[in-house]
Amino acid sequence: MEQLQITSATPNSALLDLPWRQPLAEWPADVLAALPRGISRHVVRFVRLDGRVLAIKEISESIAFREYEMLRQLRKLEVPAVKPVGVVTGRRSDAGEPLEAALVTEHLAFSLPYRSVFSQALRDETVNRLIDALTVLLVRLHLTGFFWGDVSLSNTLFRRDAEQFAAYLVDAETGALHRELTRGQREYDVDLARTNIIGELMDLTAGELLDEEIDEIAIGDSLVERYTELWQALTGVEAFHADERWRVAARIERLNELGFDVGELSITTDIDGTTVQIQPQVVDAGHHSRRLLKLTGLDVQDNQARRLLNDLDSYQAATERQEEDEQLVAHDWLQNVFRPTIRAVPRELRRKLEPAQLYHEILDHRWFISEQAQRDVPMPETVASYVENVLQHRPDEKAILGLAPGEAPEEGPESDYFHYASADG
Amino acid sequence: MASVTYDHATRIYPGSERPAVDQLNLEVEDGEFLVLVGPSGCGKSTSLRMLAGLEDVNGGHIYIGDRDVTDVQPKDRDIAMVFQNYALYPHMSVADNMGFALKISGTPKAEIRQRVEEAAKILDLTEYLDRKPKALSGGQRQRVAMGRAIVRQPQVFLMDEPLSNLDAKLRVQTRTQIASLQRRLGVTTVYVTHDQTEALTMGDRIAVLKDGLLQQVGTPREMYDTPANVFVAGFIGSPAMNVGTFDVKDGKAVVGHAAVPIDRDALGQLTDADGGKITVGFRPEALEIVSAGSPDALQVEVNLVEELGSDAFVYGSLKSEGVAGDLHSGSSDQVIVRIDPRDVPMKGDTIHVTIEPGKSHVFAPSTGARL
Repeated sequence: MEQLQITSATPNSALLDLPWRQPLAEWPADVLAALPRGISRHVVRFVRLDGRVLAIKEISESIAFREYEMLRQLRKLEVPAVKPVGVVTGRRSDAGEPLEAALVTEHLAFSLPYRSVFSQALRDETVNRLIDALTVLLVRLHLTGFFWGDVSLSNTLFRRDAEQFAAYLVDAETGALHRELTRGQREYDVDLARTNIIGELMDLTAGELLDEEIDEIAIGDSLVERYTELWQALTGVEAFHADERWRVAARIERLNELGFDVGELSITTDIDGTTVQIQPQVVDAGHHSRRLLKLTGLDVQDNQARRLLNDLDSYQAATERQEEDEQLVAHDWLQNVFRPTIRAVPRELRRKLEPAQLYHEILDHRWFISEQAQRDVPMPETVASYVENVLQHRPDEKAILGLAPGEAPEEGPESDYFHYASADG
Repeated sequence: MASVTYDHATRIYPGSERPAVDQLNLEVEDGEFLVLVGPSGCGKSTSLRMLAGLEDVNGGHIYIGDRDVTDVQPKDRDIAMVFQNYALYPHMSVADNMGFALKISGTPKAEIRQRVEEAAKILDLTEYLDRKPKALSGGQRQRVAMGRAIVRQPQVFLMDEPLSNLDAKLRVQTRTQIASLQRRLGVTTVYVTHDQTEALTMGDRIAVLKDGLLQQVGTPREMYDTPANVFVAGFIGSPAMNVGTFDVKDGKAVVGHAAVPIDRDALGQLTDADGGKITVGFRPEALEIVSAGSPDALQVEVNLVEELGSDAFVYGSLKSEGVAGDLHSGSSDQVIVRIDPRDVPMKGDTIHVTIEPGKSHVFAPSTGARL
């Protein structure tokens, strides 16, 4: 008889303790973690295991292995995506009936499904930021040659990234890696993203979860616009006169500003040497995040990194150490500013947000109360005020993602393989 | 609705020298259900994605109706990829789930309602239109997803292995549903599968591809009865055709103990390149059990009998003196014989069979082409 088999690059024997002999839809509530789910055509459940939250999806064996490999490749390419844990095959019920294979991924800590983000009081700005985050993700995927085939908000998770959001790919079932994407593949993905986003927003409107003022179609259209702009900025050919060579540096700076590094730039001149054409060949996202990692060892998202780097710059200026080695200054900033600030937050509240996000919010708060008080409020005072007035009222984003305080997740799993988010009750 | 034409359509992937699809010429008639089938890597999915606009066409043209769509972007081709995305929206009614794409494109409300109602009627969903997806069964939800494609009234439906994610039972059920739905709608459909049974049961016509080259296109009957080459002969049909290459002696192919008479015309088409040999194929049901003394009978030693109720098949080895030739069936090196399920030999028995007249297929060993 076929045996239960777990294929995993990071084997964890605790996985064996899960009730694999039952269909996922019938798993008892005590093993499940109460997290809101996206819209999916498969049964998906979350479980808590060894302090981690795992997402389990039932799909056919061949597709499970395919998606597992795809997610592993995407991780290697450093694309923001959920981390694959393994594939479980050879499942049988107690009655001996074969059960579908399961793909296990690690749930992204501090991530928010769009339904929770949208269900919180939503400002237009937030919508734009979510769309921006998805745009950046889609462009990054396309730059690596990944055709998604099913772009949607449901297949994406969002993490706070300073005042922005960072988007992560959750579902790679329909995706495929190519050497290079054709324009048709990119446009198909973008068009499908538009349709799906509008559909998902219309659904939230139908469920009275979205402000009636919101124009779903305009939001969908804005993704297409932003994608086109960003793709052009990253990959477009720029031509200029030979004596305007400063424009090469300007282009690189502009890309850095957008959060991208230029790995390779092709420069061609015409025969008489009067016109220069440049086109970035290899661009990598994460410019700020890489720079901060190099300086401080802190591994955070790009906009968070940008915020911390700005703070590091002001520290350098305030301590009049502009001439010193940046690495040394960064070390001191980490020891004397960043760490003490985080440590000043009571331990039990600290876990509500990622440290970098916490720091970002504290900086925001300092600006806010300093303006109110018409003086520079020092850090210790800021932290105390932030904890008192902001943090303790915030939901815990590591654990109960997106559920409003006191809101219970939907009871009991549904009886079939289509299921719906519980954030809307 | 419209026809689809591949005119010398070629796709060469960047970095590759061999075309993934090589000079494909294929015409799909208006309203026809055409199945592209072949082993993995044969170019069937690439061909479909070229039609969808996802793959560049590096040579030749593709037309939908009279319109050259070779360089038209996917969303402007008026086609629908069915089943690509069928997550349903929980807060929206079934009608809204089916019609939301029309709402996005600005279709007037009354027209949306009308198209949704028409689609619902065809899909047996009329009474559920105002309900939420939660109230539907799994099969009904799948039909809602089909409804999404139908209400858009595209010129062509494209389906890329839509059943590969379903279990065996649901696959057979859905197969029948898709085929009958397509007949009712009359929308030109191009369907990709690796499964020849799916191709035979669903398609009006089947196009078999291998290594980027179109091997043959025809009705299921034509493909089965007159395969154009050895590859098609071995690929179409289950269990597969018995095929082997044998010496020709006195106008007959020497198959084990037996000599199979070959048509004079066919013999005349053999060339020096064939080296005095001929490839002969015969389906399991083309064999007749005869008595032990019959002249020109093949002797088959029984290895296994597969009983299917209505049918039974012998899997056996061809007995011979000296070289038996390389007779095989599909990927197995056994001979398959369909027998009367009420008269089954034992393992180890030897049965004598002859090929029914007119039921053998002959091919040139050098080219694989039908003679």
